Amino acid sequence: MAEITVNPNAAVPATEEVPGPWRDAWRAFRKNKTAVVGLCIILLFIVIALIAPLVAPFDYKEQQLMDRLKAPSSTHWFGTDDLGRDIFTRVLHGARISLWVGFFSVVGSIAAGTALGIIAGYFGKWADMIISRLFDILLAFPSILLAIAIVAILGPSLQNALYSIAIVNLPTYGRLVRAKVLSLKNEEYITSAKAIGMKNMRILFSHILPNSLTPIIVQGTLGFATAIIEAAALGFLGLGAQPPEPEWGKMLSDSRQFIQKAPWTVVFPGVSIMLTVLGFNLLGDGLRDVLDPRMKN
Amino acid sequence: MILNSYILKRLLILIPVLIGMTIIVFSIIHAIPGDPAETILGQKATEQSKEALREQLGLNKPWLQQYFTYLGDLLKGDLGKSIKTKEPIIKEILPYLAATLELTFASMLFATFVGINAGIISAWKQNSWFDYIVMITALVGVSMPIFWLGLMEQWMFSIKLHWLPSIGRMDQRDPVEAVTNLYVIDAMIAGRWDQLWTVMKHLVLPSVALGTIPMAVIARMTRSSMLEVMKSDYVRTAKAKGLSQFFVVYKHALKNASIPVLTVIGLQTGSLLGGAVLTETIFAWPGVGRYIFEAISARDYPVIQSGILIIAILFIIINLIVDLLYALIDPRIQYK
Repeated sequence: MAEITVNPNAAVPATEEVPGPWRDAWRAFRKNKTAVVGLCIILLFIVIALIAPLVAPFDYKEQQLMDRLKAPSSTHWFGTDDLGRDIFTRVLHGARISLWVGFFSVVGSIAAGTALGIIAGYFGKWADMIISRLFDILLAFPSILLAIAIVAILGPSLQNALYSIAIVNLPTYGRLVRAKVLSLKNEEYITSAKAIGMKNMRILFSHILPNSLTPIIVQGTLGFATAIIEAAALGFLGLGAQPPEPEWGKMLSDSRQFIQKAPWTVVFPGVSIMLTVLGFNLLGDGLRDVLDPRMKN
Repeated sequence: MILNSYILKRLLILIPVLIGMTIIVFSIIHAIPGDPAETILGQKATEQSKEALREQLGLNKPWLQQYFTYLGDLLKGDLGKSIKTKEPIIKEILPYLAATLELTFASMLFATFVGINAGIISAWKQNSWFDYIVMITALVGVSMPIFWLGLMEQWMFSIKLHWLPSIGRMDQRDPVEAVTNLYVIDAMIAGRWDQLWTVMKHLVLPSVALGTIPMAVIARMTRSSMLEVMKSDYVRTAKAKGLSQFFVVYKHALKNASIPVLTVIGLQTGSLLGGAVLTETIFAWPGVGRYIFEAISARDYPVIQSGILIIAILFIIINLIVDLLYALIDPRIQYK
């Protein structure tokens, strides 16, 4: 008990861990093995995406027609495809595309979804009515089907696939934020902020948004997995990345006719999709356990 | 009474959703950048044929008038004509729809049976090797791109092992007369047990591919729900009474663990319809998904519109049934 003599002038040593919600979360996160595995997988793919052009042994567009459908060897680690392109190189470059699509589509849906969710939740009435119905309509389609419809309108390309994935997943974030805003709106500290004359915008940005962050982070991580798989699916259907882009889904559909003769052309891009998606799913589940204690089993 | 008004409210909410859906689907053809007629027919098409197509699709009329004509036709059950085959889509789509329903049903059967049992045994034998294998399979399963899983299945079980057929719905050389277009039922009606066997074999690979994600989700949910229930007092009492483990798990615990499991089964059934598009493409399964996919390649926009609309309506119906079932199954849920 004698230690509890507080010296208000004493500086907190820089090395000492300052207790706080984020630090607590980090400590809990480190103990969650599957989440750490997920994070490692993601970091691995991020590194691959960053250094792909530096370490890839070949050019991803380079065709060596003499070396078509060659089995994995010391020169071509993952073998070659039907145009004699090095699959290892293409898989490395594919990581750039998948993470790029995943990142921008998730950021896009979060930005738009959050904005709409806040408007619906905070201002209510007809704004809520219109926005909520819009979400209902978007959610009334199976997501991949809606993405296909949007790409059918815009025309097949990686860019349009990205837009369509962002639109399709927008209501997920929108609903999340709306529900959070509704539950926060009547909290006492919001009422008191209003009472002291705080402007709506300030309340939104300094109180409501920070408090909605946790579910968005969790959902965004899981949404990354969904976005990557949807982009690959669109690529597989010929509605996403176009040749010669080394997109994993497109690589699968281009090689599927050679599966009997050269199964490696199909195995490696598929494993890459699965691993990245697995990484984000593991991390997302772990973050939910850590950041959202109510969801814990 | 409360339940009735809940159903009514649930149906009323559907009206704006259905209208919104038709607007989105209607807009598909109008949102094509440039001249839709040229996009559909190609740049070499003559002005005459383009004009004829515009006339057929009603593209010359004002937007609003077109939409109401479209809506009116829909209500009469007219989905328009396919540009490619010139056939009425409503007639063409029915066999495809049956194929999709058969595939979805088989997938759900696989997912539910395997998922629930794996989840139960996992919870029962918690922290055993079986539990670990199920949990790892479930984790990998939810992250599985189904189009890749489908390709790997074909490679393994058709090309390498020659156990199962890789594409199609039945042996086309000796087809069964189509009555319902659900081939399992058609084969039974015709009493063709040999064909029933081949039809079932054709179903295995696609339904496993399509059912893997729901299976994984169901297994995880069953396990966690069972673990919770197994800790409860009445389960301990049942054990103390000396009931057999099997009886306690499958009779007492499962009943109370089933509500969250039913929830995910419902949600997953809807999502299968999206996955069907991919599965049908890989396994050359002549369902609505494949119908849409082929229409996209052929720029047959009326077919794309109708296919998407049909699947979306099916999706809504499934979700509605699931919602209403909760009201019946779980008396603890109150609907206001």
